[in-house]
Amino acid sequence: MANMSLKKVPMPEQDPQVRNKNFTEVSLGYTPEMAMEEATRCLNCKNKPCVAGCPVNVLIPEFIMKTAAGQFEEAFDIIKTTNCLPAVCGRVCPQESQCEEKCIRAIKGEAVGIGRLERFVADYHMEHSSAAAVPPVPNGHKAAVIGAGPAGLTCASDLALLGYKVTIFEAFHKPGGVLVYGIPEFRLPKALVQKEIDNLTALGVEIMPNMVIGKILSVDELFEDGYEAVFIGSGAGLPTFMNIEGENLLGVYSANEYLTRANLMKAYDSEYDTPIRKSKAVAVVGGGNVAMDAARTAKRLGAETVYIVYRRSEIEMPARLEEVHHAKEEGIIFKNLNNPVRLLAGDTGEVAAMECIEMDLGEPDASGRRRPIEKAGSNFILDVDTVIIAIGTSPNPLIRSTTSGLEANKWGCLVADDSMATSKPGVFAGGDAVTGAATVILAMGAGKIAAASMDAYIRSKSEQV
Amino acid sequence: MYKIVSKKILNSAVISMEVEAPFIARKAKAGQFIIFRVDEFGERIPLTIADFDREKGTVTIIFQLVGKSTKILGAKEPGDMILDFVGPLGQPTEIEGYKKVCVVGGGVGCAIAYPSAKALFQNGADVDIIAGFRNKDIVILEDEMKAVSNRLFLTTDDGSYGAKGFVTDQLKSLIEAGNNYDLVIAIGPVIMMKMVAAVTKPFGIKTIVSLNPIMIDGTGMCGGCRVTVGGEIRFACVHGPDFDGHKVDFDELMRRNTVYRKQELAESDHVCRLGLEVKNNG
Repeated sequence: MANMSLKKVPMPEQDPQVRNKNFTEVSLGYTPEMAMEEATRCLNCKNKPCVAGCPVNVLIPEFIMKTAAGQFEEAFDIIKTTNCLPAVCGRVCPQESQCEEKCIRAIKGEAVGIGRLERFVADYHMEHSSAAAVPPVPNGHKAAVIGAGPAGLTCASDLALLGYKVTIFEAFHKPGGVLVYGIPEFRLPKALVQKEIDNLTALGVEIMPNMVIGKILSVDELFEDGYEAVFIGSGAGLPTFMNIEGENLLGVYSANEYLTRANLMKAYDSEYDTPIRKSKAVAVVGGGNVAMDAARTAKRLGAETVYIVYRRSEIEMPARLEEVHHAKEEGIIFKNLNNPVRLLAGDTGEVAAMECIEMDLGEPDASGRRRPIEKAGSNFILDVDTVIIAIGTSPNPLIRSTTSGLEANKWGCLVADDSMATSKPGVFAGGDAVTGAATVILAMGAGKIAAASMDAYIRSKSEQV
Repeated sequence: MYKIVSKKILNSAVISMEVEAPFIARKAKAGQFIIFRVDEFGERIPLTIADFDREKGTVTIIFQLVGKSTKILGAKEPGDMILDFVGPLGQPTEIEGYKKVCVVGGGVGCAIAYPSAKALFQNGADVDIIAGFRNKDIVILEDEMKAVSNRLFLTTDDGSYGAKGFVTDQLKSLIEAGNNYDLVIAIGPVIMMKMVAAVTKPFGIKTIVSLNPIMIDGTGMCGGCRVTVGGEIRFACVHGPDFDGHKVDFDELMRRNTVYRKQELAESDHVCRLGLEVKNNG
């Protein structure tokens, strides 16, 4: 008989007033007992609506049944058949708008905590299993992957499992993409990302860091080097600024820069040399997950006051509910329905204040969200010594501009069809490079589809010969 | 890991190193840069490629011992390794179509000016180089610059070597003496580049400067290296590092380059621990 509790088993978390001063993980994870209890809330539906909500089609009821039975390693094996990064997905996927949104239990009460269970099973496996992945039998073919972020890692994993010799070319010195430079340690521990990557190299995937494709090698040169298909998962790219007065003052960061300093370069750790601003009052502009990450990082770095300045209301916020909730708990102040007008300098050329204007919501715009309209004469001043701009990115032109025959749309995103094939034969693309800034799991889904398409492409070519 | 093949001490604070990086050497062009990370704890530091040898597969970097990472790097010897070395980044210097060029280098900036002068000279342009230093003791690359120019003009602030005065004085007198340069390239301290651009502007001579803002990734991702050029935000790492000197907001760049100075001074005991003698005499 299923456990008919309307609520999920609560997730143990660090106390907000403690965690907003440290970088260790906010959510502590289920114990085996908690996981087994939560797993019994799953009805094991025949038609599995949850699976359809998952971009990589994790066999959800199957792994949850094993979890309920305490067979955690078996549960892990089931997840692993379709998802190469379960410990990551269990933490950062927006389950509430994917698998859990489709859960029958969500009609009355809370959905089954699918994400929490996935995380538990992945963590349990990492802690208890020492069995190294066994490289599959090589099929004699080579494929290249550009970018070691979620899309690239997934694509590489699936190709490696099919026997391909896969090389990932990564621009940064560390693989992981947004998992290491963007998402903070307190949401996604980097040691865990590294373990997932180690699993990939155990499968025989080679990762070459410090390789900026488009500069050091072109896509065409990869083909000349014997790679039979190429996947581009180069990510989102250049930060967007607001084009307002004062944006180049000292103390004004893009969220990309602020988070990269803190996460990839570990500026929060005094052993590391990369500096980051010591702030008292910080305004983060934007309402997405990146804005929440930046605000919560600023708080942890010692800022006394941290504002989120967002031009619409909380309902329209693109950030996950859980992130907004965690940010509020940690003392982040939400200044919704406000928009920056200009940034003002103090005597030293550093930012000293942000002038904002209040906003009203009008009719829905092209995005379907209500359009913000300025309230005339409502300007006010927010005293801040640091501003972080988290309003999005535009695609990086490095590969597009150095690869002939690669089509992009008017925003500069690479054009790929449903199979992730681009306009250039043998070149596939997915993730933020195609969609613009989106989620880890959508990028992973694209990497997965691309791997299958690349396999089909290479096989059809070698059969012709 | 990238192996240091050779090392030359150019003056008490400037070092030249040849690093094994065959992929970068194959593609490098004058004006482009690399980013290195000396060890796990180090910052990502951009340095312009001073020279490259495609056959040997090496890239030469010339750097001043100014911060922790450059000091640690400077203490390394041939055979030692650099953890990360990525490039070639940025756009190459445009060298096509110029007949008579004046390349102006200031201090360690000469190391960056040198490859551009060399590329232009080898491409058939007449090249004058003006190289300015504070004093005789810190003159670098004199023979190298002589070899890639028609004329080399050395200046020192105190007159201890070459002509006494600033590079701008020399440049102005050359222009006024009727040298019809169709391009001036200025590379050095921001204030020097600003002054050079001010000298050439009334004469309408196209002036390219190579900017050195603070950056992290070098691929356009962080936006830390943004500079205002002709009223627009440009990223030095992907759009530059070369820009039209008559359009760059130099004052803003100077301010932005000081962003961590206070913090660095406060933490300067970290630097002392290395026990390296460093004179700030670029």
